[in-house]
Amino acid sequence: MGESTAYFDVDGTLVGTNLIHPTIMYFANQSSPLKSVMRLGGALLQAPAMAWAESRDRRLFNEMLFSHYKGMSEDRIAVLSEEVFEDIVKPRIFRGAQDLIAQCKNAGERVVLITGSLDWTIRYLADHLGADHFIANRLEMKGGKATGKLLRPVVAGPEKAGLMIEDARTHGHDLAKCSAYSDSYSDVPMLSVVGNPACINPDGRLIRLARAYDWPILDIDSPARGTMERNS
Amino acid sequence: MSVDHPCVVTLDHRSKPRVLFSGDQLVEVDLPAGTRVIYAKPPMDGLPDPDAAVRYALSHPLGMEPLYAKLRPGMRVTIAIDDISMPLPQMKRPDCRQRVVEPVLKMLDEAGVDDVELIIATAFHRPMSAKEIEHILGKNTFDRFWPDRLYNHDAERPGGLTYLGTTDDGIEVELNARAASSDLIIYVNLTFVSMNGGYKSLGTGLVGYRTLRGHHNPGTIRKTDSYMEPKRSHLAKKMEGVGKLIEEKLDVFHIETTVNNRMFDKPLEFLTKNEDELNPTEERLLKGLVKTLKFLPQPARQAIFERVPAPYDMTGVFAGECEAVHDAILELVYKQHCVPVQGQSDIVVFPIPYISPYNVGAYLNPLLVSVMAEGYLHNLHKGVPLLKKGGTMIILHPCSDKFDADQHPAYVEFFHKLLPQTRDAMELHKRFEKTFASHPAYIQMYRTGSAYHPAHPFYMWYWGENGRQHRGRVIVVGADNEYVPSILGYETARTMSEAIRMAKETAPTDPSIACFRICPVMMAEVTPDPLPAQIEGSSS
Repeated sequence: MGESTAYFDVDGTLVGTNLIHPTIMYFANQSSPLKSVMRLGGALLQAPAMAWAESRDRRLFNEMLFSHYKGMSEDRIAVLSEEVFEDIVKPRIFRGAQDLIAQCKNAGERVVLITGSLDWTIRYLADHLGADHFIANRLEMKGGKATGKLLRPVVAGPEKAGLMIEDARTHGHDLAKCSAYSDSYSDVPMLSVVGNPACINPDGRLIRLARAYDWPILDIDSPARGTMERNS
Repeated sequence: MSVDHPCVVTLDHRSKPRVLFSGDQLVEVDLPAGTRVIYAKPPMDGLPDPDAAVRYALSHPLGMEPLYAKLRPGMRVTIAIDDISMPLPQMKRPDCRQRVVEPVLKMLDEAGVDDVELIIATAFHRPMSAKEIEHILGKNTFDRFWPDRLYNHDAERPGGLTYLGTTDDGIEVELNARAASSDLIIYVNLTFVSMNGGYKSLGTGLVGYRTLRGHHNPGTIRKTDSYMEPKRSHLAKKMEGVGKLIEEKLDVFHIETTVNNRMFDKPLEFLTKNEDELNPTEERLLKGLVKTLKFLPQPARQAIFERVPAPYDMTGVFAGECEAVHDAILELVYKQHCVPVQGQSDIVVFPIPYISPYNVGAYLNPLLVSVMAEGYLHNLHKGVPLLKKGGTMIILHPCSDKFDADQHPAYVEFFHKLLPQTRDAMELHKRFEKTFASHPAYIQMYRTGSAYHPAHPFYMWYWGENGRQHRGRVIVVGADNEYVPSILGYETARTMSEAIRMAKETAPTDPSIACFRICPVMMAEVTPDPLPAQIEGSSS
């Protein structure tokens, strides 16, 4: 392994999903239709509050969303997580994601996925993309059931940067030589702590920042070399 | 005593100010009496019937059987085409490449060849957009082949290159896999300057990093006496090795075209003329243009010059074997470009225009400014350079700290992170090139965006190595900041008079001053002054 790490956000960066997509699949596949309806209904009722949280504080949003997992059994989550990966995540992996990760590895970089999604699903994605490691949110389990709380540290916003610093230190990597990739303005902290930040399909606020600081802006979902106008 | 060529104008006290490009501005400058201003030759006449000339070239090739004799049903053919880096600006429709490709496709159709793909030979350049490709090839070809069978070369596609062998110089040759698996490659050139075309086309256009690094390096550049004379160019010799190896393995049919230097259409034609010979209307127009450009915003200024295609005329087309075809084209290129100049100069003024082969549709960033000065303009010569060894270059350009984020992302890092550490090309090559060349984000932008490859800014810096090794000082007139010239190792002056005064401080007494008044493109064919000992010898 080389002397640096490439850190990748996942949702919106490597995959065209967000935290809601897999959650719906988890909730829709409960042990009975009634339980599914109740979980989906509960989450739906809190949707406005979650939307507000999403715009203010990504960690609060994560905590609100994952609180609806309360009571789900570890076994069911384990079984569903592979299905979630196969049916929801895998078809939405951006066309160039695999090549980009392969390019990082060719350049001698260790590849780490860092995401607010649950570790249950991300382990399959990391495996599929050939990532060396992942840092993801973990549900607290008691007596084989989810408590609805996330284990600390919650992977979101500025906390991601802290986790990357810790990870790089553990591996003896200089962050100035590391790279980070994200699509979201909420990930500016993780982009700011590395020497080589890059944006993939950035949101409007991140585009403006990227332009101001000359951060590379990548498109990994278009066919290679010159056919981008056909798709725009 | 020799008489100067009509395109070499020696200024006197009555001469009007010269109007020179400084990026996308035109500025009036007073040059000292005695300054030799070198103008481009008038445009040569175009071919009276270019389409007939193409048909003739295809059926009467040089050193090879006619194209139709090479064709058979079921064969695999790849047509490689020069990219947008030439001519500058792009030419009016129909582009020479359209004039060539259309009859070639017709011939392939008639021969029952249907496994045909067209590849824009971009090497590490940015991809051409769909609109640009349609412009150079015409709507019919574009609609028929784009995007599945007409596309840009991708030097980073996994499995996209095929190893063909290693040259005697030790260069590993990897060619575009589609081309390498073809029964016939047809290369369509538009040779705009004499260092392009010939073996360079395949040897750079359709290869990858393993091959390019073999000749695009500072060691090769330092051994190259003249970029524009292939016979005296170590770079051309290395590319020849690559080209010959490819042609040993594959059947290649070359078609080269060239154009005259009619860069400006009628309304702007006066820009090429000697300022003392303008009629009153042209004088008013020129003054008006100079003033207008001052007030327009930068994108509008660039658009005025760049968006209007040039009315270049095709002056020649030859087909067949690489060397025979290229020699015939070079003769025409030299005939159009070479302006005979007697003797070198101690001080040379190079106006830097808005355009270069590497910024079509983008701003000429500071690294490209240096490439234009020390890489291109300094090397647009035959014989010896216009500037004496150790002499001073004076360049005109604002040198704004401005980069196109989409086309030149790696340039920013190269310029602001690496150059402040060292300007030594060899050190940059050894310490940083390999890491940059595999930079994942920049490579992604090269592949799916509109960026130049991350190794390209290195190649640009190496391109200027020849000039850097030759010149003494560089003084910038009209820079809007101090730090960009400083990063490049240049000095600054507020006015041309100040720059001349500064240059004279390190020049011999009564220095010779020249101004290379580009655009359009030209070459100085410089005959060196005889050495004092030779003069004495001849008079005794």
